[in-house]
Amino acid sequence: MRTILTVDDSRTMRDMLRMALAGAGFNVVEAVDGEHGLEVLSAHRPDVIITDINMPKLDGFGFIEAVRVDDDYRAIPILVLTTESDPSKKQRAREAGATGWIVKPFNPEKLVEAIRRVAA
Amino acid sequence: MDELEAIKVTFFQECEELLADLEGGLLAMQEGVGDIETVNAVFRAVHSIKGGAGAFGLEPLVRFAHVFETLLDAVRSGEVPNTVDLAAVMLRASDVLADHVSAARGLGDVDMAASAAMADELKAWTDPSAAPPPAAVAAETVDAPPPAPVAADPDALDDDDLGFDFQPMTISIDAQAADAELIPTNVWTVSIRPKSDLYRKANETALLLRELSRLGPIVATMDDSALPTLEFLDAEAAYVTWSVRVETDDGEEAIREVFEFVDGDCELDIVRGEAPVEAALANLLSAIEPPAPQAAVQAAPEPVAEPAPVASAPEPVAEAPPPVVAAAPAAVAAAPAAAAPAKVTQADVPGPGQSVIRVDPERIDRLIDLVGELVINQAMLAQRVGEYGIAPSSNLAMGLDELEQLTREIQDSVMAIRAQPVKSVFQRMPRLVREVANMTGKQARLVMDGENTEVDKTVIERLSDPITHMLRNAIDHGLESPEERRAAGKNPEGVVRLAALHRSGRIVIEVQDDGKGINRERVFSIAVKKGLISPDVQLTDEEIDNLIFLPGFSTADKISDVSGRGVGMDVVKRSVQALGGRISITSRPGLGSTFTLSLPLTLAVLDGMVVDVAGETLVVPLAAIVESLRPKAEEVRPLGPVGSVLAVRDSFVPLIDVGLALGYRNTSPSPTEGVVLLVEGEDGSRAALVADAIHGQRQVVIKSLEQNYQQVEGVAAATILGDGRVALILDVDAVINLRRRESPRPTEPSLIAAE
Amino acid sequence: MSDPIHVASTERRELISFRVGQQEYCVNIMAVREIRGWSPATSLPQSPGYMRGVINLRGAVLPIMDLAARLGMPMVEPNVRSVIIVVQAGDRMVGLLVDAVSDILSITDDLVQPTPDVACDSVRSFVRGIISIEGRMISEVSLDRILPEREAMAA
Repeated sequence: MRTILTVDDSRTMRDMLRMALAGAGFNVVEAVDGEHGLEVLSAHRPDVIITDINMPKLDGFGFIEAVRVDDDYRAIPILVLTTESDPSKKQRAREAGATGWIVKPFNPEKLVEAIRRVAA
Repeated sequence: MDELEAIKVTFFQECEELLADLEGGLLAMQEGVGDIETVNAVFRAVHSIKGGAGAFGLEPLVRFAHVFETLLDAVRSGEVPNTVDLAAVMLRASDVLADHVSAARGLGDVDMAASAAMADELKAWTDPSAAPPPAAVAAETVDAPPPAPVAADPDALDDDDLGFDFQPMTISIDAQAADAELIPTNVWTVSIRPKSDLYRKANETALLLRELSRLGPIVATMDDSALPTLEFLDAEAAYVTWSVRVETDDGEEAIREVFEFVDGDCELDIVRGEAPVEAALANLLSAIEPPAPQAAVQAAPEPVAEPAPVASAPEPVAEAPPPVVAAAPAAVAAAPAAAAPAKVTQADVPGPGQSVIRVDPERIDRLIDLVGELVINQAMLAQRVGEYGIAPSSNLAMGLDELEQLTREIQDSVMAIRAQPVKSVFQRMPRLVREVANMTGKQARLVMDGENTEVDKTVIERLSDPITHMLRNAIDHGLESPEERRAAGKNPEGVVRLAALHRSGRIVIEVQDDGKGINRERVFSIAVKKGLISPDVQLTDEEIDNLIFLPGFSTADKISDVSGRGVGMDVVKRSVQALGGRISITSRPGLGSTFTLSLPLTLAVLDGMVVDVAGETLVVPLAAIVESLRPKAEEVRPLGPVGSVLAVRDSFVPLIDVGLALGYRNTSPSPTEGVVLLVEGEDGSRAALVADAIHGQRQVVIKSLEQNYQQVEGVAAATILGDGRVALILDVDAVINLRRRESPRPTEPSLIAAE
Repeated sequence: MSDPIHVASTERRELISFRVGQQEYCVNIMAVREIRGWSPATSLPQSPGYMRGVINLRGAVLPIMDLAARLGMPMVEPNVRSVIIVVQAGDRMVGLLVDAVSDILSITDDLVQPTPDVACDSVRSFVRGIISIEGRMISEVSLDRILPEREAMAA
């Protein structure tokens, strides 16, 4: 079973992701911000990471950068969750090393499709 | 959809927290102590509300949140200065946002006109001239100060924000179109030349090919050698070029979408048909040596990167500006990220690493019940052992002592599970204060203390009303108008302090104002005028102050819809007493008043006095008992045909035989043979309850009578004593009222007893 | 022993029968939570005479109803043979004080006869029907009616 790490400070969003992902047969682990995400990462070795951008402590950009500089994790695909359609924000996430993105609000199909596109 | 409904519940809970964070942050900003992290937190709160609302399609909420978020984003980027005035506006906006949340929840309506006006006010801050649509401006402000061409159409942006559309993709097809009619329309040739960035972002060519194959049969060619199966593809082999023949009816758009995530990270050429591609591919290939991927890795990036902008014609227009500005926002973001750990949160919200278990409250209630049983059982056991006359130094007795200790600890720990900081109630109050101050034309600043004081959830839920009343009263009646305050040499802005603290096993809530204090002469004359006291009573200052808790007392000249909303402080007092609490007021003329409310930490247990009445064991709530005494014969005075009163110091208090009041017996023994509990009822009236004997104080676990039976007049609830039998907990007020209904209403001696 | 054609009427139900004075009554066994010996109840003030009071049933406060008194018969002081049948009535549990438990009956509905009109009000309200079995007459108690309506007391 594939493990997906979701990083989002919003409980609602984490729950939504969990519902969609668990429903599609993924194992879901959660983190509440980037810092927490890095902790969880080492414990669970996810196949794909889905992260929010606006978060306390360590935001999505910082989190992605931290993942990408770590030799152990840099190959993990990261999908960025964003409500912002602003291309510059998406671009920044990509600069940081995001593999792809999901625009909120997402529907479960879109989400699973995005994971399929990046997960080996 | 049960799960979705459950998430919706979570969402609204989270909204409450986010709204509180929002308000807290805005208040800090208004105080001038909001740093960049405060602004970020405030932004995130609105952002998260909007995000969740979007997921549930709560349109009006999303729209208002969007405008709010836009302004906050501008503040965050420094485009709109973070001022105290702005914070005040945003505080009002947060109230409107809270209304939207409530409305979305089905609780109440939003004044849409007010909301629209508020939205306009917010928009005016980001864009006073209102030239470009505010939404577009703000969306740009964070990352790209010079307006980018992307967001020219505000509607498009809005849709983007709510929906799922990605950025515009400009499709540029070269001259191949000319050949289109010559070849099958469903055959496409896709040339891909990944850049190293593609792999750096954990994208893989193999996955792209797999995605392409979902559109239709593909034939992928790497270099000029065939790639028979995907499994043999080396994902790390960068700087090779693939040519893929795709047969699909989905069209170019679908093909392009496959490459959405790698846009810019690879050179992509999509052409209809097969023939022209061979040439194009050959062209691309000429830049690289045939399959020597390992060797190419180091050398390739430079030459490949250079021609990129030229070769990748299909790169969307919108993508062009970002690389230029990308560096700046990165720096901006780094600052808050670094500042973050320094942030001191008052909230008890568990941080990362701290895990939270969500438990059905019913399970906790059940656990609390069971622990209650354990306490009772332990007490029973101790009582039995005591009856056998076992020496306190024996192993058995000592073991029992340890059991008692353990039991208490378990009880405390279990109660702690249900304990919550009063914050959840407190955080609703700043808005109330703002509203009441606005309505009454007062200037009020709320200062809160001890928000993290914990108390049982069952108590928390019932704190809100009394606190609301006390605050309303403090502002409406306590604080003077700004003019009066100035005239009195005070700061025109009054201060109302709301504090929570633990004191001797109870929670104490204080509401203090620095207003004019209680006008005792007026209070006294009103009480006389309303027939609540006789004009010739001598009352202490404190007694006069506490007259405001008498039923039907209202000091307002005109009936204000602010304070008490038609109900007086007597209602507050009654609801507080129903919880086993007490409320009082102290006042200093010209300096202000303080309401003090004290409540038990839990409603699951009660401190009671165990008494015997007509062979029955009863528990009298300690909160109602002023004192217990053994009356002397000369203190008992008959009054009327059957009644009698007890002389307590200088006053007379009606004597009530509990056994008679509850119907346990038909005649009451002489009060001098029993014990008298001087109690105070909800309306401040006093009575002397006669019982046969007192067994002492005990903490008892409250059991519902209604669960299996129904309410019984004169009985508040039941409990189980150490002997395993049920004992009833007396409803002191009801007993006083029972007596009143049965005998003609006495004169007011009870009030005089106030001390 | 009955007509096999009427499926509904041949469905068997189990009842617990007990003695109240010289009469036999029964309740559906599905409603019975437990049967326990008599223990003194704490009396409830301002309550109808048939309410014996409340006892502690593993931490819950259980009202005890004197079934004889509820049915309008004279109250009998409970003795060592008296039992309390704890039954579920709607969302409430109540203990019925009876003189003794007789046995468990397995009956079909066609054995149940409507309560005769001659009966007094309380019997008509609380007796669902009368079962005639082996020459005995057993009245089935209607549990949903036997507890007084829950009412909020005026303060």
